[in-house]
Amino acid sequence: MIIDADVVTLSRLQFALTALYHFLFVPLTLGLVWMLAIMESVYVMTGREVWKRMVQFWGVLFGINFAMGVATGVTMEFQFGMNWAYYSHYVGDVFGAPLAIEGLMAFFLEATLVGVFFMGWERISRIKHLLVTWFLALGTSLSALWILVANAWMQHPVGAEFNAQTMRMEVTSFSEVLFNPVAQDKFVHTVSAGYVMGAMFVLSISAWYLLRGRNVDFAKRSMTVAASFGLAAALSVVVLGDASGYTVSLNQKMKMASIEAMWHTEPAPASFTLFGIPDVQRRTTHYAVKIPWVMGLIGTHSTDQTMPGIAELVDTAKGRIGNGIQAYDAMLMLRQDKDNAQAKATLAANDEDLGYALLLKKYVDDPRQATPADIQRAAESTIPNVPVLFWAFRVMVGCGFYFIALFAFSFWKASKRQLDSQRWYLRLALWSLPLPWLAVELGWIVAEYGRQPWAIEGVLPTALGVSSVSAGQVLTSLGGFVLFYTALAIVDVMLIRKFIRKGPDGLGIWPPIVPPTMTAH
Amino acid sequence: MLDYATLRVIWWALLGTLLIGFAIMDGFDFGVAGLLKVLGRDNEERLVLLEGIEPTWEGNQVWFILAGGATFAAWPMLYAVSFSGMYLAIALVLLAFILRPVGFNFRGKIHDPRWASLWDWVLTGSGVVVMLVAGVAFGNLFLGVPFRFDGDLRMSWHGGFFELLHPFALLCGLVSLSMLLAHGACWAALKADHTIAARAVKIARWMTLVYAVLYVLAGVWVAYGLPGYAIAGPALTDGASNPLYKQVAVGGSWFASYMQYPWFWIAPVLALVSAVGVQALIGRRSVAGFIASSLMVGSTIASAGFALFPFLLPSNLDPRSSLTVWDASSSHGTLQLMLIVTVVLLPIVMLYTSWVYRVMRGRVTLEQVRKAHSGY
Repeated sequence: MIIDADVVTLSRLQFALTALYHFLFVPLTLGLVWMLAIMESVYVMTGREVWKRMVQFWGVLFGINFAMGVATGVTMEFQFGMNWAYYSHYVGDVFGAPLAIEGLMAFFLEATLVGVFFMGWERISRIKHLLVTWFLALGTSLSALWILVANAWMQHPVGAEFNAQTMRMEVTSFSEVLFNPVAQDKFVHTVSAGYVMGAMFVLSISAWYLLRGRNVDFAKRSMTVAASFGLAAALSVVVLGDASGYTVSLNQKMKMASIEAMWHTEPAPASFTLFGIPDVQRRTTHYAVKIPWVMGLIGTHSTDQTMPGIAELVDTAKGRIGNGIQAYDAMLMLRQDKDNAQAKATLAANDEDLGYALLLKKYVDDPRQATPADIQRAAESTIPNVPVLFWAFRVMVGCGFYFIALFAFSFWKASKRQLDSQRWYLRLALWSLPLPWLAVELGWIVAEYGRQPWAIEGVLPTALGVSSVSAGQVLTSLGGFVLFYTALAIVDVMLIRKFIRKGPDGLGIWPPIVPPTMTAH
Repeated sequence: MLDYATLRVIWWALLGTLLIGFAIMDGFDFGVAGLLKVLGRDNEERLVLLEGIEPTWEGNQVWFILAGGATFAAWPMLYAVSFSGMYLAIALVLLAFILRPVGFNFRGKIHDPRWASLWDWVLTGSGVVVMLVAGVAFGNLFLGVPFRFDGDLRMSWHGGFFELLHPFALLCGLVSLSMLLAHGACWAALKADHTIAARAVKIARWMTLVYAVLYVLAGVWVAYGLPGYAIAGPALTDGASNPLYKQVAVGGSWFASYMQYPWFWIAPVLALVSAVGVQALIGRRSVAGFIASSLMVGSTIASAGFALFPFLLPSNLDPRSSLTVWDASSSHGTLQLMLIVTVVLLPIVMLYTSWVYRVMRGRVTLEQVRKAHSGY
């Protein structure tokens, strides 16, 4: 059957919106919770009350954000079944496992402990409370690990093969799925990005207090923690981003070529286009400013390996579509007679390209009937949106280098105990607040939009993954999400602003409100 | 290595366990939320009720997330068909789950009675929606739902939202609602200040009575008013997960499985005995009363799962497309791995969950609530 294009577009739009929205909150949780763990550790080691109060103040903001992360995370867990039913059937055998393990190993841990974190201060000893905070932090990062194992499999599907009887991908090796090289790089890159966001959040808000001369002591301590944590995180995000780039270029050559707007293969080592205007129609990049060698070094970690350009990759895709059609034919024969030895052999030889035949389903019902023109169109559909990827990537990387510079400078200021000596620095720190959000959202776009047209790279085209729902149904839920998510965003920002404005002083957190009996003196 | 058929039965039992875990653990949170305006007559009383569930509701909700995730991993077709087929109903439940965490967190952040009241209604509404829809969904399992697979195992659904509201399904919705309101009232009787607890005891008694009557009524309806489904011929229990390989006969009785496995009767009998137990115990020994209501919730869900066995999701449009324990599971390897992971991790989860409940034990009193809120 030919799939309703409106359902595909609306389902993709809904997924992108809900994922990008969820991703506004999760990275902050990931980062902020470790800052809380560090502050509380200092409290337990030194016994100084101010550190406990720091945990409690930043904890209020953490709590608001955590609630939003939980609220929007439920949507993600259930949306695969709701809007991507064929996807869920086709890869659930592999993809479902890390999601379930995330629930068991990580989300249970953080969700169960978060109540004790907020309400257990008086009920358990200092050490126990510190352990709760550490396990809470561990839970959030473990959660990211399993989600990224699942996501990495979408980018680089290893350890699984197609089963013609059940019409789906099935696991052949769990260790390959788990130790997917993409998963490891993605995990460290993504959580580091979250740590940068947490550090920036604390740095910027503390800078605002210092600009106003409020909570000076409190803010300086917070800034010192943020500067050191942020510097480590920013270095890690860029270094691991590079590792991530390397694994992408090995496994998703089309994504890499599109990020670079590299229309044709260049002699090794390829140059890096710092700036340019990619022109999709003419397949060229205007006004390109190139730095020799850099791209080859990033992409291949060598000087002698070439990186394929877009045009060459389209040719490769054409070949794979041909193989895929053979696999598709064999699959249909196996459906009639599951013991057909010849069909089994054909499928086994070509099953890695079966997904390429499925790309044709957009144009013909039966891929075996495809004309050369259909095959050409399908091969060209493997090119993602080059200008978007080109720019998203450059802005993201630019942010990454800026973070290193800002946190290194902050670290230097903190170690000289001159955090509040220059107002321009404090203003810079304050106004840098939105940048981590910009960077992580663009990162999501590079990774996921850059994977198109695939839901699972090379295995399942996105358009085939949708459910048997009507466009009207998806429009209804999409409208509901937009409405409620917007309302919640407004409330969320309002509350966070309110508590920042009140501050530790206004809330009576620091300096603590002195009990009435003490004021009698 | 366990054989495929055994693993499928184990995963059927585990799916039941997760659903029961969700219904017991998060069920009382929903019940308390649903009764918020009934049990709590002013803001302070409602705060007592909320503080009785606030430290633990978030962990409890993970049972639901996990049930979803485990269904995805172990029963991918069930996950795909039910969630996409009942699209708008699931979207409604999702909305409730989106509003709950923010409701709990945001309610106390602004000190204005209208603000608190708004979130009270949100929490009440989301509680009622989830309790009702969960029951309606279960009811539809007995009625069968309108879907079929094509040769690629792409599912198509031929029905809308309102077709899910069959009178029998609505009855099941009410069974679920009364059962979980009773369960929530039992929690309030255990956890809240004595003045509120006394009210909760009365409501728990009434709701268990309503529940018991509706539950028996639903049972009679299933026995005499609904056709049962059965796999025609000997079931291939360890074959490939492809629903289209079997034939299904419609017209027998859902009670056939109770005839085949008489020990299944334990579940409905225990459900009714526990309802009596709640009546007898909740006024005097609230912990025992709460355990009784937990048993009531668990055995009610088990009794439905037993009746359906081996069906997970029958199709009334194309019966052979029905999902059963034998043809809708993940591969042998995935079931095996996920079993090992669950056996290792679930006890650890239970261990720290019970530690948290111990740390947060004790009644929440009105005095406590007044004191804590004078600080700001």
